[in-house]
Amino acid sequence: MESSSENQIALSEIEQPLIAGNPSFHSVTESISRIVEGKPPKLWYIAISITGPLALMFFVLIGYLIWEGTGIWGLQIPVAWGWDITNFVFWVGIGHAGTLISAILFLLRQRWRTSINRFAEAMTIMAVLVAGIFPAVHVGRAWLIWWVAPLPNQMGVWPNFRSPLLWDFFAVGTYFACSVIFWYVGLIPDLATLRDRARTRIKKIIFGIFAVGWRGGNRQWRHYEVAYLLLAGVSTPLVLSVHSVVSTDFAVSVVPGWHTTIFPPYFVAGAIFSGFAMVLTLAIIARKIYRLENFITINHLEKMNKIMLVTGMIVGYAYAFEFFMAWYSGNIYERFAFVNRAFGPYAWAYWIMIFCNVAVPQLLWFRRCRRSIPIMFIASIFINIGMWFERFVIVVSSLASDFLPSSWGYFKPTIFDVGFLVGSFGLFFTLFLLFLRFLPMIAMSEVKGVLPQADPHHHRTRGSKEENI
Amino acid sequence: MAGERIIIAEFAGPAELIEAARKTRDAGYRKFDCHSPFLIHGMDEAMGIRRSRLGFIVAVFALIGLSGAILLQWWASSIAYPLVISGKPFFSYQAYLPVTFALAVLLSAISAIIGMLVLNKLPRLNHPLFKSGIFAKIGDDGFFLSVDSDDPKFDIEETARFLKSIGAGAIEVIEG
Repeated sequence: MESSSENQIALSEIEQPLIAGNPSFHSVTESISRIVEGKPPKLWYIAISITGPLALMFFVLIGYLIWEGTGIWGLQIPVAWGWDITNFVFWVGIGHAGTLISAILFLLRQRWRTSINRFAEAMTIMAVLVAGIFPAVHVGRAWLIWWVAPLPNQMGVWPNFRSPLLWDFFAVGTYFACSVIFWYVGLIPDLATLRDRARTRIKKIIFGIFAVGWRGGNRQWRHYEVAYLLLAGVSTPLVLSVHSVVSTDFAVSVVPGWHTTIFPPYFVAGAIFSGFAMVLTLAIIARKIYRLENFITINHLEKMNKIMLVTGMIVGYAYAFEFFMAWYSGNIYERFAFVNRAFGPYAWAYWIMIFCNVAVPQLLWFRRCRRSIPIMFIASIFINIGMWFERFVIVVSSLASDFLPSSWGYFKPTIFDVGFLVGSFGLFFTLFLLFLRFLPMIAMSEVKGVLPQADPHHHRTRGSKEENI
Repeated sequence: MAGERIIIAEFAGPAELIEAARKTRDAGYRKFDCHSPFLIHGMDEAMGIRRSRLGFIVAVFALIGLSGAILLQWWASSIAYPLVISGKPFFSYQAYLPVTFALAVLLSAISAIIGMLVLNKLPRLNHPLFKSGIFAKIGDDGFFLSVDSDDPKFDIEETARFLKSIGAGAIEVIEG
């Protein structure tokens, strides 16, 4: 007994509290629930009045695309994949941070994840939703996209299960479904909190239905805990597989610059890198607007910066290794593809990518930069931009100069390409703002669970009897 | 359920609740539950309840997803619509891995949430506990122990006295 209490004191001195400000259980409920229950701040209205119309524009553009065809984009032969697939890979990549935080960090017992997992998961769902639109509409005849699903049909035709494009449908579809399930399971106890606090009848009904009658009994928690653990367990390989499968869209082809075995790990690292950059961008804004500095502390942000630095270095390593392999393979097409990438017509895009993804993250080696909000905010924006350019470079520069010099081309985006990119950001941010407005952005029940007083061993009221158990 | 009654007693915090759970179990109660705003580790042992069987359910569905996906791909590519693609065999199992994995994960995730709800007998929107005046704190900072009238040892006065003796604060009897 003596030694264990001494150990606890020693531990609490070493470990900084996960949640600052020493809140009580009730004050956690209050500070998170009031965001949902109260009126949103003025900045929220300003933000949604910008993103809302952009999201609307996105849908109008999709309508026009389906009406007119993919010719409205700058696509041509040889560049038949342009910004559409760039955007798809970009948004799917953004989605990876959420599941990494919720699943992998959960299994690794990283308790600091509780402050950021809810909105990182929400971000994942919004990003994958936006991502899924691009492949669906880029096929041109979007009403036939159901052909990728293995459904019985009067043509007697079945999809080709050997095609990476089909794997992609299954991987991204599963990823979306699992992310929604994981997110919803995490939300149930918090929805019950909001149900019990609801004043108006309509809120009581809506939160009541979605809280499925949660009573917080331990006979429920024990199944809940296992469900959460299992979801984390199955999501962990899923995070690593989804972008690997996306990368096979390229790697399985024979196009120089795409046909490399490094793609799966390289894409996964890039996805986590870009996802964390986006989480950081959003977290910095959200904690400022909603004054959540005690929940998302500077320590949380620093940890995210460290993950960004690690994955950024992996990405930088992959850039270098691609060049090495191109040289070492002795394949002249492969060599040309990479020299052309760095010094050819798309050199500008390549060097933007190198600057944003390799040079900028080097700042994060310094503790002062990792703990400075303006610096990390700007760095995260640069990384977002850089990761979009990475996908652009991979998709477009490889296609533009393939085997036959006579068919080389140069991709020029049209106003519709720009519109789709801007519109996708509009939709993403609109969905995210709606989430901030209507659902608890921080997992209250999980945060309470990591407060010091939540530990049954925290109080000294324990009898010495249990020590014998 | 007509005639169902529940006694709920409030406790000060997680440590007190876990202590109360242990004492309630030792006193011979079986149909009781401990309600808390978050999961309390060690509560299962304190209450004397087994670990959830959800893992086995999910494992079964994962295997269904796995074998179903292989069957689907074999049948579609070899029987229903055999198509030679770059000279590969109809049953090219290596290429079936991503879809097989995805469907196994998908079925695991769906069975995990549905299994969790079914084992918890949810959704159930009209539980007698919701009639309580104090139970609304469950999502906030309330820690409750509830004893159901199904329990053979249940006796309103006796149980209430017992709960008081193990340190309960407010006590409420809910008529189901």
